[in-house]
Amino acid sequence: MSQDAQLHAIRRFGLGPRPDALRDIGRDPRAYVLAQLDRPDAAEIRDEALPPTHEVLQFEQRRNQKRRALRKSDAPDEEEIKRLRPGPIRRRVYLEETAARVHQAVTTATPFVERLVLFWSNHFAVSARKGIVRGVVGAFEREAIRPHVLGRFADLLRAVEQHPAMLIYLDNRRSMGANSRAGQRRRRGHNENLAREILELHTVTETAGYTQADVTNFAKIITGWSIAPHRPDRGREGGTFRFLAHMHEPGDFEVLGTTYDQRGVRAGEAVLEDLARHPATADHIARKLAVHFVSDTPPAELVEKLAATFRETDGDLAAVSRALVTHKAAWAAPAEKVTPPFPYLVGIMRALDLQPRPREVVRLLRTLGQPLWAPPTPKGWPDGDMDWAGPAALRERLRIAGRAARRARGAPRQDPRSFADALFGPHLTDPTRIAIARAETVEQGLQLLIMSPEFQRR
Amino acid sequence: MSCQEDRLLTRRRVLQVAAGGAALSFWPYVPAVAKSAGRDPRLLVVVLRGGLDGLSVAVPVGDPDYQRLRRELALPKSGEGAGFALDGTFALHPSMAFLRKLYEQKQATVLHAVASPYRGRSHFDGQDVLESGLGGVGAVKDGWLNRALTKLPDAGRVTPQKGLSIGAVTPLIMRGPADVVTWTPPAYRHIDIDPATVERLQDLYAQTDPELGQALADGVELDRVAGPGSGAAMASGDQMMSEPSMMGMQDAAARPAPKKRGGRRYASFIDTAARAAKFLSSADGPRVGVLSYSGWDTHFNEGVLNGQLANKLGGLDAAIKALHDGLGPAWDQSVILFVTEFGRTAETNGTRGTDHGTATMALMTGGAVRGGRVIADWPGLSERSLYEGRDLAPTLDLRAVTKGLLQDHLGIPAGALARDIFPDSGALRPMADLLA
Repeated sequence: MSQDAQLHAIRRFGLGPRPDALRDIGRDPRAYVLAQLDRPDAAEIRDEALPPTHEVLQFEQRRNQKRRALRKSDAPDEEEIKRLRPGPIRRRVYLEETAARVHQAVTTATPFVERLVLFWSNHFAVSARKGIVRGVVGAFEREAIRPHVLGRFADLLRAVEQHPAMLIYLDNRRSMGANSRAGQRRRRGHNENLAREILELHTVTETAGYTQADVTNFAKIITGWSIAPHRPDRGREGGTFRFLAHMHEPGDFEVLGTTYDQRGVRAGEAVLEDLARHPATADHIARKLAVHFVSDTPPAELVEKLAATFRETDGDLAAVSRALVTHKAAWAAPAEKVTPPFPYLVGIMRALDLQPRPREVVRLLRTLGQPLWAPPTPKGWPDGDMDWAGPAALRERLRIAGRAARRARGAPRQDPRSFADALFGPHLTDPTRIAIARAETVEQGLQLLIMSPEFQRR
Repeated sequence: MSCQEDRLLTRRRVLQVAAGGAALSFWPYVPAVAKSAGRDPRLLVVVLRGGLDGLSVAVPVGDPDYQRLRRELALPKSGEGAGFALDGTFALHPSMAFLRKLYEQKQATVLHAVASPYRGRSHFDGQDVLESGLGGVGAVKDGWLNRALTKLPDAGRVTPQKGLSIGAVTPLIMRGPADVVTWTPPAYRHIDIDPATVERLQDLYAQTDPELGQALADGVELDRVAGPGSGAAMASGDQMMSEPSMMGMQDAAARPAPKKRGGRRYASFIDTAARAAKFLSSADGPRVGVLSYSGWDTHFNEGVLNGQLANKLGGLDAAIKALHDGLGPAWDQSVILFVTEFGRTAETNGTRGTDHGTATMALMTGGAVRGGRVIADWPGLSERSLYEGRDLAPTLDLRAVTKGLLQDHLGIPAGALARDIFPDSGALRPMADLLA
């Protein structure tokens, strides 16, 4: 293990140092990281104040019904109609979820598990920019991602693809078979967005050699994967995943050489099971994990080991994560990756014990190019070593570091030199140590520390 | 040897930046010389991500199959909701009134049934091909616009030109060997960057991380070009957000509300366009840039007549106006090229939207454009002529357009175009007469 192993444990496999981090890690950094995997529920956020997806969707549907009714009245109450618009509620929930996500990342005792959450949340990207998704994107991560990051990939996949946020984001909610009852009555048909992205981005990728016919067939198979309408008047609760048979395209369809003759929701679920087990999926996930945690050009033996583990354990993500942490090559490579904005800001909060308001976090993430839960495409955020170190981004990191340094209280302010030691100990390079020691002011010393390569790379 | 030292050595080779040199980066122009040469051309490429439905922007209302295929998404040929006639076949979407004006002034050209060499239907591979300039899907490492910067005639400049990228993350099209400056609204508008701190940090980076040093130097420099008050002016600008700012109403009130169709919703389009125009028009600013607008992936409720796409095109039209106004006198020397990774299915899908397709439209505007034309070898929309029975068939390779533009507008030699910028495209002739 390289002499930087302690640093890897807190940066590569963590969310940056707290002042007491090195003591916790001790002489066996690998054991420190591995121990985090022994708590299968470590990723979960249990906060009763955060509304589940179905409550947000029900709430919005009720308000929309009220608005429509008001609009139809003879003298519409414009003030009330305006008050009932959906935007402010979505934003309020989004801010609450932001606060919870940040709090979890800053305070967690299992930062490696939290990193896995960030990885999978980005792999199965949805975007808050698409209407109601803003109101449920946090719940999506809590409900579909967090329970499964140390479970089976197949379970994670199903939870994600059947979650209302994904069904809305990739337009499957209203996709219906042209020959289904609803399709015939309303002269509508399917749309292939979700089917295509499941194949291309979530599982096998184009290396599996699927065709347009595979995409079309898969899209037909998952017609009817939708969201239950909310009908309290008929005693039916809505806002959860529901297979709507009247929208489902009848018939058997072939995807990647297998014909699916199951009925109803089971055909699509069988496709997902097969895609989860496909060797191309194992290769895809293995490579993506290695690029995320190690470098743009990860050691081939590491990628092969991860893929083999994925295949042999039927996609047991705890086993795959363990294989990553126990592989020598994952510890040998130098810290090449510039930390993306979210973990960078979390790192500042962890180090300096700062608690900015969620609004400020949202704004800073946007400035740095990574607005929370709003990647530009279903492919998620880029993950290259230098993707987050553009000139403007680095300049704004400097501004943020200056503001953070001014806000710091307590130990960091008493002496930036000993504070830097408390964070990085013997791993601080001499140039950084000297730069901090020669700083004109306490604030400048802290600012340089937050901008140092030690703080920005992992 | 520690890891840091290890990294430093490899970085040095990659970067070929002498340690310490990063702090001394100045804008590489000698404006007086450039001016005396008579021309000072600007090129801005706007990447519309998500697959723009070209059939709904330059609409083939004269095609006999159009109404049948697009049904409820079809623009009427005449009467209420009809577009602006471009010629006997095409009409421009009614949301784009300013673009129509430019078209009438012969400063805008529509290219139709155009496609990159990519023939699949993945956004991501499609964008990679569009931006890399390669002949197909392959190992991408840099983008054609960046490589073009390395082949510019020097025109009296002392050091090579840098590219401009608006946004915190540089898109593939602008990545590569040439230096790139990027711009994003400042994190805190009232906090200035202390030059003394920058100097100390650069001293640190010079010893352990020249890569970060170069990036910071470029970032700080662009702040200077942006001029005083740029922070305050832009701090409310949403970074390429396609929805209102998360900061809510307060923020929106502070920002001048555009009155045009599309309104506040696409204020970010206007803000980023105005910003790009400011850099490209300033005397010592960059001359070649890229800007991206995402959110054109209209699978569901496309809203061509009145809705999603109509509003978005209104935002785009306002962005074109912001570019026109912001470039000022430099408009006459400017070309703005709008491209997208692919078009959308000829027929409306089952959810009043359109799925991923193949050929689409591209748009060129600017004072340097020989406009007022639709350039299209129109394949038609009959069942027989559709690509794979579903998409508008490509009859024009987008690379021919870009090659023509780079050659005639920026003076890049044909050899470099065929070899370095669009590899293996020797057989593809640069399109002539695109410029006024």
